[in-house]
Amino acid sequence: MTGMTRRPGFFGRGYNFLILFFLYAPIFVLIAFSFNSSRSRSVWTGFTFDWYKSLVQDESIMNAFYTTIIIAILSAVIATIAGTFAAVGFFSMRKKWRTPLLHINNIPMMNADIVTGVSLAMLFVALGSLLRVNFFGFATILIAHITFNIPYVILSIMPKLRQIDSNLVDAACDLGCTWMKAFWKVIVPEIMPGIINGLIIAFTLSVDDFVISYFTAGGNVMTLPMKIFAMTRRRISPEINALSTILFLTVLAMLIIINVREARQEERLKQSQLMLNR
Amino acid sequence: MKPKFFAVPYVVWMAIFVIAPVLIVVFYAFTTADGGFTLTHFTEMSRFLPVFTRSFRLAFISTIISIAIGYPVAYILSREGQRVQRLMIMLIMLPMWMNFLLRTYAWMSILENTGLLNRFLAFLGLPQLQIINTPTAVVIGMVYNFLPFMILPIYSVIVKIDKSLYEAASDLGANTLGVFRKLVIPMSLPGVLSGIMMVFVPAVSTFVISQLLGGGMVMMLGDLIEMQFLGSTYNPQLGSAVALVMMVIVILFMYVMNRFGEGEEKAVGL
Repeated sequence: MTGMTRRPGFFGRGYNFLILFFLYAPIFVLIAFSFNSSRSRSVWTGFTFDWYKSLVQDESIMNAFYTTIIIAILSAVIATIAGTFAAVGFFSMRKKWRTPLLHINNIPMMNADIVTGVSLAMLFVALGSLLRVNFFGFATILIAHITFNIPYVILSIMPKLRQIDSNLVDAACDLGCTWMKAFWKVIVPEIMPGIINGLIIAFTLSVDDFVISYFTAGGNVMTLPMKIFAMTRRRISPEINALSTILFLTVLAMLIIINVREARQEERLKQSQLMLNR
Repeated sequence: MKPKFFAVPYVVWMAIFVIAPVLIVVFYAFTTADGGFTLTHFTEMSRFLPVFTRSFRLAFISTIISIAIGYPVAYILSREGQRVQRLMIMLIMLPMWMNFLLRTYAWMSILENTGLLNRFLAFLGLPQLQIINTPTAVVIGMVYNFLPFMILPIYSVIVKIDKSLYEAASDLGANTLGVFRKLVIPMSLPGVLSGIMMVFVPAVSTFVISQLLGGGMVMMLGDLIEMQFLGSTYNPQLGSAVALVMMVIVILFMYVMNRFGEGEEKAVGL
């Protein structure tokens, strides 16, 4: 063992622990003060569940929550379907066409969120004045979310497409499959992990987005992040702390479930390999 | 029907919702309110030179601090055992899944004048700090929010460095520092570059962190754009011009970073 491959020592571990403390201290402060009986953000006055009650009873927060979930589900599903077809289409194109199209596809990922949000908002204004309707609201947020989700879906499917043995598709075609059939029976099952991955990424990006929704909502509809932004600017509201606690616990539970599942799958894989080696 | 036509609907979608918006921004940036060609929005921007310099300065400082804090984390982590690595990566990613507004809000309650930090300092008998509504608060907020985006890409390249390379280097007489300087740093540069992009771009364009932690005292490029569209001074032409400048800067920045990255990859023979 050389010096570089040795396990980190006391100082190394201590340093990383300190960084974890830096990452988590603010979150734990949020959680702690969600149970504080006064509105203060820094003085502990006693224990209460009141902020959770007022959170659930606050209609505008709950509406924002439902809007967020509906937009996330719709945009993720639509983006995943569109992105799957687009990825397969891009993949079977000649490089001359594929390269510039993939560059355009990268624009929403590359641009700062605020630029994407502002430019989409201006498009909706232009389209609105052209068609003489104001369709700002749910529809515009949904379109915006689909637009920024599709590139990530394509990004997660492309590597899976590269892994497909092209002989498989050729064999299917030789055996009389139409292209459509080959797509459903051969390609889609092969790239399924990429599709699922893309769906999850799209959903989380949509739930998490504030900036693009903020510019494309037009003041009619509010998503949860927009509601949180409005609350932070208005006054001190311990409901935000209660909301943070719930979100944190949800994410924590999800991550634990995913990790336990992955660990089990790896364990099974190892065991089956052991069996094979015997 | 050939599968390449599967992409047609999305190509149409991109034309409307990706290309057209960019063209509209370009169009607005060069026109007056009644539609004539003008360059005044760009000359007018010189008024906001302090906003540009402040944005770049704060984003630059935050990126440097993120590298300084994040690089050791990634390096130390890469030498841990499998289990610790997996757990740490999960713990580093977990805060990213909480909305950044909530994370920023948390710092408001820590940094405000009667906040936890100052109460703690008072408890120790130390002088009070005025951090909230200063550029320092904005930098703290940016580093906190974007640090995982620096750690993760660096970690993912360091962990892939072949262990036998370390042994080869030390067999050939390199000491610990030499191995680090000649092997780890060059090999991990692509990760640092993608970390820089992932931290710098959101940092330079933020308006939320500067509004919540800067309290309107620290105006950045994002605030400038937001004001022109949703704020008190409605001026989409000027807003578009600023957005266009930001877009060009980001593209140039990425181009330079990519070029730099390619050069490095060639240098280490990847």
